[in-house]
Amino acid sequence: MKGILIILFYLIVGEGISMLINHFVPGNVIGMVLLFASLQAKIVKPESVETVANFLTKNMTIMFLPPSIGLMASYKILGNNIVTITLAIVVSTMLVLAVVGKTMDKLDKTDEGNNQ
Amino acid sequence: MKEIINSEPFILAITVLSYWIGTIANNRWNKPVTSPILIAVVILIPLLLLLNIDYPTYEQNTHLITFLLGPTVVALGYNMHKQFNVIKSNLLPILLTVFIGSLVGVLSVMAICFIFNAPIELMVAMEPKSVTMPIALGISERSGGILALTAVSVATCGIFGSVIGPWLLDKLKIKSRVAKGLAMGSAAHGVGTGRAMQMGRIEGAVAGMAIGLMGIFTAIIIPIIEAIMA
Repeated sequence: MKGILIILFYLIVGEGISMLINHFVPGNVIGMVLLFASLQAKIVKPESVETVANFLTKNMTIMFLPPSIGLMASYKILGNNIVTITLAIVVSTMLVLAVVGKTMDKLDKTDEGNNQ
Repeated sequence: MKEIINSEPFILAITVLSYWIGTIANNRWNKPVTSPILIAVVILIPLLLLLNIDYPTYEQNTHLITFLLGPTVVALGYNMHKQFNVIKSNLLPILLTVFIGSLVGVLSVMAICFIFNAPIELMVAMEPKSVTMPIALGISERSGGILALTAVSVATCGIFGSVIGPWLLDKLKIKSRVAKGLAMGSAAHGVGTGRAMQMGRIEGAVAGMAIGLMGIFTAIIIPIIEAIMA
């Protein structure tokens, strides 16, 4: 219960700050950074959020399912631009994967990063 | 009967059921195409059409699941804390790499839209496609993009990236676990992070960090590029 409250607290604070800066950065991201900072500063004990955080992050993929179903309602917009849209998503996603993967692979010098 | 089919418990049940089938298939075969979310989408869309459930009804009755995205992004702060040793020794490279990734993501979408002469509101809607949903919608709205297209691009990008990612990273002979996690989170946001979690704790934590960084960088880069182009 305490874990849920802590996470909701950081979400609410994050949303509040986000409102003040005109939603330049979304509230949940600010909440994430603040929770991280508080754990580092030992203001929040890791054990108090561990159970909830593990439950949420382990099951996060299903939360993208409802927005993904939006596909079925959007063929009107997709319409005659379907080739451009598909190509843009496929090419761009693969480029980001390759560039980020290759660059970081070159730059990563730690042992933790390299043992398989 | 229609009332039961259009009710929240029923819609939630078929949503969880199709995802569960996806998980079982993925545990059994563990191939790129058995990504749980991909299987779930392939089961769920025909099922909804068959049962005559329209998207607004579906969306409304799955708020319970979608709401959890907010708390989950916050909870990623805990994963970052847990894996901070790995992140700390790579902090500058991580920041630099995700910044480059964000530039590549936006510029490649722009280039393809220019080549195909796509309307501007279509281009700006797709620019934040590698960014997590709540941030991407905010960016698109600010630039005057079609929001529904942004939502679909983000979702498709996430599914495609999480399916193709492990295969592509393997083909490119990428060994570093930090690099793998960073690539998954940068290219395919939360869906890629979900996949990275299955690859390992380090991959998952780094991917979680990449979601936040990618969102922040892209939110800053797009208005700058727009100012230069104008």
